[in-house]
Amino acid sequence: MISPRYAREIPQRYQLVAARCTSCGTIGFPPRRVCKHCRGRQFEPTKLDSDGKILTFTIIRVGADRFSKQTPYAVAVIELNDGTRLTAQVTDCELESLEIGQKVRLVFRKIQEDGKAGILCYGYKAICV
Amino acid sequence: MVGIVGYGAYLPRYRIKAETIARQWGADAEAIKRGLQLTEKTVPGQDEDTITISVEAARGAIQRAQIDPQEIGAVYIGSESHPYAVKPSGTVLIDALGIGPHVHVATNEFACKAGSEAMYVAYSHVKSGEMKYALGIGADTSQGAPGDALEYSASAGGAAFIMGTERVAAEILFTHSYTSDTPDFWRREGEFYPRHAGRFTGDPAYFKHIVGAGQALLEKSKLAPKDFTHAVFHMPNGKFPQEAGRRLGFTKQQLEFGWIVPLMGNTYSGSSPTGLAAILDVANPGDLIFMVSFGSGAGSDGFVYRVTEEIKAIKDRAPKVRSMLDNGKIYLDYGQYTKHRHKIKLNE
Repeated sequence: MISPRYAREIPQRYQLVAARCTSCGTIGFPPRRVCKHCRGRQFEPTKLDSDGKILTFTIIRVGADRFSKQTPYAVAVIELNDGTRLTAQVTDCELESLEIGQKVRLVFRKIQEDGKAGILCYGYKAICV
Repeated sequence: MVGIVGYGAYLPRYRIKAETIARQWGADAEAIKRGLQLTEKTVPGQDEDTITISVEAARGAIQRAQIDPQEIGAVYIGSESHPYAVKPSGTVLIDALGIGPHVHVATNEFACKAGSEAMYVAYSHVKSGEMKYALGIGADTSQGAPGDALEYSASAGGAAFIMGTERVAAEILFTHSYTSDTPDFWRREGEFYPRHAGRFTGDPAYFKHIVGAGQALLEKSKLAPKDFTHAVFHMPNGKFPQEAGRRLGFTKQQLEFGWIVPLMGNTYSGSSPTGLAAILDVANPGDLIFMVSFGSGAGSDGFVYRVTEEIKAIKDRAPKVRSMLDNGKIYLDYGQYTKHRHKIKLNE
């Protein structure tokens, strides 16, 4: 990942900073430039809850290049306690024991490395609680 | 009153048993366990490093202190496994925890005492009145060469301490440092694994500096070992801290709660700080705690803490060390372990 894009996404990846539409209150995550509900263009930052539950998940057995050494791993659609949904890797888990409805918490982990000499990219992953 | 207003620790869930490592190298597991007095060690996840461990430990410290992260004026992370050779680990941490950007950030390195060094500098800033709060962290994903004795102990984890003057949970009463040029353990620039001087790491290095700092701290404080409820020393293995305690006049009972090395291993810069966190988890108001770290090269930092009433309010606000040591463990075989520790050479 190139540095400018990575730096731009730090608030959402590190601190779960979302955008709340000032017109209708809809929360967009990742932050959007246009509200998906009312098409408003004014937003204020809001931090998401880090606890939630798994809505659905899949096991990745053939990963993209930068994730190929981590296989097999789980990726889940997670609904946070504040209702926001996001996609995240589920880490530190026995894949066989994962279940829909499983309570999870988002934690700070290394997501990928830009090769052997490039930047390290951090962000959120989910752990079972 | 200056001291710890919040603390947190983090240990990864992955473990490898001494038997698993011994089997790989045809070594006598029982002799190794008896000699090192440890049975297993923590291993970082593939997505964990000193930065992620520091973030999770510091998150616990902020939860316990219940302060606005923006009020933290300095962040120091002591480690010998910073993920970047050039780019301070603290720069990632402050953005993850909402600290700064008006904050002083630096990286500390002094083998296994880099963590206590970070704590000492954070404490000194607050004591001088330069800032309201400062954060000192010791964390490592320690390296030990395959087949070396260090492979049985080098583990991963860390602890974070917020120093302040209001609602102090553990007042720092005295400090003392003891340092000399001692080539007992080192890693040259560009080398992947550290080297050590075998038995020279004992009396001329570890014991000389721990006992040197410890005796000076006792003299400075005019306290005797019997005055302390708890004591913790750097834990390269199970045996050394017990022997250091004996030489200084402490009993096994005083070392009991901080002696977490048999199940954790040696978290290098995170070793005595995580032991201190384990003690604070069970400490009561009025308890005196004696702590001496050790970093090869070599040096020791000593601290005397007095626990206050505030400890009762804060200790249950974040995960405790014993809970992380005992629960949710995922055991690895040696092949998985080499993958976690990046010991296998791969094509780009």
